[in-house]
Amino acid sequence: MSDTRDGTRDDSGVRPPDEHDEEFVPADPRLTRQTDEGAQELQPERELVVTGGPWPEVEGEGDTMIINMGPQHPSTHGVLRVMLELDAETVIRAKPVIGYLHTGMEKTGEELTYVQGATNVTRMDYASPLSNELVFSMAVEQLLDVEVPPRATWIRMYLNELNRMASHLLFQATNGLDMGALSMIVYGWREREETLRLLEKITGLRMNNNYIRPGGVAAELPDDWQEDTLALCETVEKGVSEYGELLTGNPIWQERLVGVGAITTEQALALSATGPILRSTGFPWDLRKSQPYLAYDEVDFDVIYTRNGDCYDRYRIRLQEILESVKIVRQCIEKMPPGDYRVQDRKVTPPPRARIDESMEALIHHFKLFTEGFKVPPGETYAAVESPRGEVGCYLVADGTGKPCRLHIRGPSFYNLQSMTPMMEDRLIADAVAVISSVDPIMGEVDR
Amino acid sequence: MPDDDAREDAHKNGDTRVEEEEEKETAPPPPDDEVAAAVVERFPRTVFRRSHGQPVVYVDRAVWAELGGFLRGEQQFTQCLDVTAVDHLVDAERLFVPGVRSERFEVVASFLSHPRNRRIRAICEVPAGDAAVPSLTDAYPGANFGEREVYDLFGIAFTGHPDLTRILMPDDWVGYPLRKDDAPARVPVTFKEDPRPR
Repeated sequence: MSDTRDGTRDDSGVRPPDEHDEEFVPADPRLTRQTDEGAQELQPERELVVTGGPWPEVEGEGDTMIINMGPQHPSTHGVLRVMLELDAETVIRAKPVIGYLHTGMEKTGEELTYVQGATNVTRMDYASPLSNELVFSMAVEQLLDVEVPPRATWIRMYLNELNRMASHLLFQATNGLDMGALSMIVYGWREREETLRLLEKITGLRMNNNYIRPGGVAAELPDDWQEDTLALCETVEKGVSEYGELLTGNPIWQERLVGVGAITTEQALALSATGPILRSTGFPWDLRKSQPYLAYDEVDFDVIYTRNGDCYDRYRIRLQEILESVKIVRQCIEKMPPGDYRVQDRKVTPPPRARIDESMEALIHHFKLFTEGFKVPPGETYAAVESPRGEVGCYLVADGTGKPCRLHIRGPSFYNLQSMTPMMEDRLIADAVAVISSVDPIMGEVDR
Repeated sequence: MPDDDAREDAHKNGDTRVEEEEEKETAPPPPDDEVAAAVVERFPRTVFRRSHGQPVVYVDRAVWAELGGFLRGEQQFTQCLDVTAVDHLVDAERLFVPGVRSERFEVVASFLSHPRNRRIRAICEVPAGDAAVPSLTDAYPGANFGEREVYDLFGIAFTGHPDLTRILMPDDWVGYPLRKDDAPARVPVTFKEDPRPR
């Protein structure tokens, strides 16, 4: 003990007394104990030795070891835990273990009215909250047989694409971080923050917007939204070209990702994978194109797909999808129709604030809507939209009251996690990090 | 044929309410969806219903797994997107589907066919006393997580599932949170007049 401290603390003037230093006088008397009474120095019971070398248990041929990656591992995007069975450094089997973020949001959803429901579902996939709000609102509108005005439809589409940009920028940032391209976290965050700033200006909140609600959207777009959006589009396009320059052709980046975590179309389909994972295997399936909702059949964009199904392809798809979203957003600026931003059915959407002061009916409608909500006739429906991670679905069962009998959200991350297993197997642990990152799971949506 | 079966079924249950019988005879449900028609032809006890424009088939529990194989093998339904369940214990008003014997639980599976670009939803009624359903994982390995979630939150077992364990709740959790009679967050509070803790 004395050896280590000698020399290092000489200049400080505070040194523990030892046998070579009889006349130790502390510089500050407060630093010495006044008495030994009641004090006890803890001695190590045995010598602790840490050395390298092979671990005897895993020395033999065919012996495997199971380790847990996560739930606190920084590359697991929250609280994902993966059980890995290893032979030396090769993953033999991988099993995702989830539930660490389970907060019973579907149970909560049964206790909230349809008006409040959007606040609940928006917190599931917190990287693309507007997709969840949209799918929930679409399900409620199907049950109510409510037709949303065209402007509300376009605002929803516009916001969903902004959100897709933000979500994919988040992926670019964290994927770079996970792979060791540390500057990417700064660049990706920079553009994402600009996107969220615009979302905040429109919806009032950066995340968990609660802006898309049954019957339309919560408020009209701000006055100068076109200029802000155009400025954002330019920023994001510039950013994306920078990422491309930094990463896409980078030999280190390619070495790290090309061929890593490859799966086939058959595997992806069998394991219920959707979104960029499915598209990366050479299967151009995008609900926006194949089963158009909102006004996606009126805008021009491409479904991006690649053939190899590896981490590099999934990175490229998401990078290119940002530009496709920019394309859609630009068209939204041009084609945004005038009109109402929500249905004028007072049983579904609240009256304007000014009407409450003048009209008794408006006051009653407002009060009833925010205390009891509206009643939905018995029925069941499933709505699906393409979120940045794949198909997010909402299975909603109504029983004639103001609260849903069952609210189930089909989280794309939840099902996408299953395809992680074939991606990881027979590869190195280091590749497991790349695989988790490229699956891009949002644990809030996985565990709900 | 399905109509006859349904009537026979109703007789077996001792369900002899006149107005329902009449309704069934006047309105036999002809599936206007080609997949649903094929399902009804293959599994005669199936009831078809169009719910807000979406085709839904109410399938007998015994043929649940066969339905998966049929949809995947013969109808080109490439993906099982979702498996979930509903607990109808405390419904204020339940959707009435003629020809379906309602039970407490419903297991719901959504299928998607990429080549034909269509969806279908299958529902099977599960009684509370015998909450078990054949697993779809043979035909659709991707149903694995969905079925585990239903098992975890509703306590409905899936026979033939390769790894039927809790997925969201802790392994040692007691109860099934999404059942309507389960109240995981309730804290027992005892008031003076209370006969027992609630």
